[in-house]
Amino acid sequence: MKDWRYWLAEQRGTLLALGIFIVMFVIYTSNHPAGFTANVVQTAANKGVLLAFVAMAQTLVVITAGIDLSVGMIFTLTNCLASWLVIGTGIETAFGVLAVLGTGLLCGAINGAIVIYGRLQPIVATIATGAVYFGIALLLRPFPGGSVNEGLADALTGRLFGVVPASLVVLLAVVLIVWVPFSRSVLGRAAYAAGSSETAAYMSGVPIRRGKFAAYALAGLLAAVGGLFLTFFTYTGDAAYASGNAYTLFSIAAVVLGGVSLFGGKGSAIGAIFGALAFRTIGDLLFVFDFDPLWQPLFQGVILLIAVSLGAFALFRVRNRLEWFL
Amino acid sequence: MSETTLGGIAGRMPRFIRRADPAVLTAFACIVLLLFLGSLYSRSFLSPEYLLQQLKVASFLGVIATGMMLVILLGQIDLSVPWSVAMGAMMASAAAAYGPVGVALAIPFGIVCGMLIGVVNGIGVAYLRIPSMIITLATNAVAQGLMVVYTGGFSPQDSATGAMRYLATGFAIPGVPNAVIIWALIGAAMVFVLTRTSFGRAVYGIGNRERAAYLSGIDTRRVVMIAFAVSGGLSAFGGVLLAGYASKAAQSMGDAYLLPSIAAVVLGGTSILGGRGSYLGTVAGVILITLLQSILSVMQMPEAGRQIIYGIVIVAMLLLYGRAPASR
Repeated sequence: MKDWRYWLAEQRGTLLALGIFIVMFVIYTSNHPAGFTANVVQTAANKGVLLAFVAMAQTLVVITAGIDLSVGMIFTLTNCLASWLVIGTGIETAFGVLAVLGTGLLCGAINGAIVIYGRLQPIVATIATGAVYFGIALLLRPFPGGSVNEGLADALTGRLFGVVPASLVVLLAVVLIVWVPFSRSVLGRAAYAAGSSETAAYMSGVPIRRGKFAAYALAGLLAAVGGLFLTFFTYTGDAAYASGNAYTLFSIAAVVLGGVSLFGGKGSAIGAIFGALAFRTIGDLLFVFDFDPLWQPLFQGVILLIAVSLGAFALFRVRNRLEWFL
Repeated sequence: MSETTLGGIAGRMPRFIRRADPAVLTAFACIVLLLFLGSLYSRSFLSPEYLLQQLKVASFLGVIATGMMLVILLGQIDLSVPWSVAMGAMMASAAAAYGPVGVALAIPFGIVCGMLIGVVNGIGVAYLRIPSMIITLATNAVAQGLMVVYTGGFSPQDSATGAMRYLATGFAIPGVPNAVIIWALIGAAMVFVLTRTSFGRAVYGIGNRERAAYLSGIDTRRVVMIAFAVSGGLSAFGGVLLAGYASKAAQSMGDAYLLPSIAAVVLGGTSILGGRGSYLGTVAGVILITLLQSILSVMQMPEAGRQIIYGIVIVAMLLLYGRAPASR
């Protein structure tokens, strides 16, 4: 095979997610009463970016064949923390942002330490740490409230040069600063290797533990970026259990839509970003078609169910029935 | 392997202790420890009324955890518990609004609705080979969507039927709450199914290695499907009992049961990877978690503190005895 065909095979999931997103977005904007204007794009981008950060976080863990059911709670916790800290003069705000990101990194690192060095199953471990993170969020914000440096918030959720949504620029920057170096580093390759076959990776002397640990820790960091953005977007902190849970759930949906294999070792955060944007757009389609918002949870649930069932088409390619049992 | 290393000490112990799972013993030891700590705080923790009340509260979780255990033994997980519980409760209460026939069929109708969710989960996991964590999250979202559309986003006005209230709060035998009797019956049935039927052996077999179970002629897909249907049905039944206890259904009544039901099963020594675990352990896990919740609420711990302690206790206990073997 030629090089470009390898590349195409590797990026198939990402390209599919990009395709779904473009189709959905065209349907969305062409039926939107305001049409394809900078305002519509900005609002859509701000909503989509929140999920995109959480979905990127989920991707890092899913690549190692794990799962992080606490991402939504880290997102909520950092939102509550940011509503206390990201305020005041420029320097205070900067330290606040650093503290929030550091907290996210710490939460992720705790998950990683428990899963890798404590050798617990990621599902149970992250459900339990998720409860702890939510408890801390509730301590910080028993009632919704707080405030944020509005100048910074408006700058990051507004538009650059009147056209480009700033949140998309931040998303791109995070991809370039976190995802690209990670996926090309030894640790990133180790995370992929651990996901595709932990035994083989171990036998080959790949630093799987460090790779997985880095993946979990960075997932916490990315979830914190999402939490920070939620604060910029809403100006408040809110320890809402339902919203944290919903973000965890949607992040998994976005990851699946983005072509990341839940068995690990396959997919990229770029795919998950498009998955997240596509998922958000599909959810918002209801509004442009004037449905009762009451139907939105059901609609999103059905989309999720269909998205995860699509994976079943791989069964048609199975020649030996024993391959059913991975 | 543990038999040979522990042989020196364990050899001198009575037989029933030697044969018991160390995880189950640890869980029971923790229950005793919790009761001891509680009794230091207040004498009433050891009174029969308090213990019976705890057992009654535990039986709701116990019914739900029974279904969860069946699924975890297969090496799968059921994350659709929250809205299966709520759906069972809401649909049973809703049926009660349709005259005497509705009242009579309320409980079975609620359970059947839960089983439907379970069947969808089962089809997804067994036949479409979708990871259980994903498909059950998706069906949970669909069930939530259905209930939101049905109720209009508010808690439904229908109230529980007399039969539901009787099952949850009545006393058929003086002194023993009905809920406890129901849990005992379901538990006994589960023990029988797991240890005395080919279905139960198949569940353990699939949990250990599905490929091997398939090659030995077990229709593994049917077994997985039935297990998920049973889990959905039991979750919904738990919801029916809860609705009877509170005399009505509520929007997010099931949210508080997902983590506890998984934790109860896993703390009871059932391996989350499947194939290993006993029902006695699940009973211990359920009682342990209920006692922990009760003691935290008696100490008037706010919700935030409860969540934190709760998560830490689960992680700590799992680190004590739930660790996977080192990869070597």
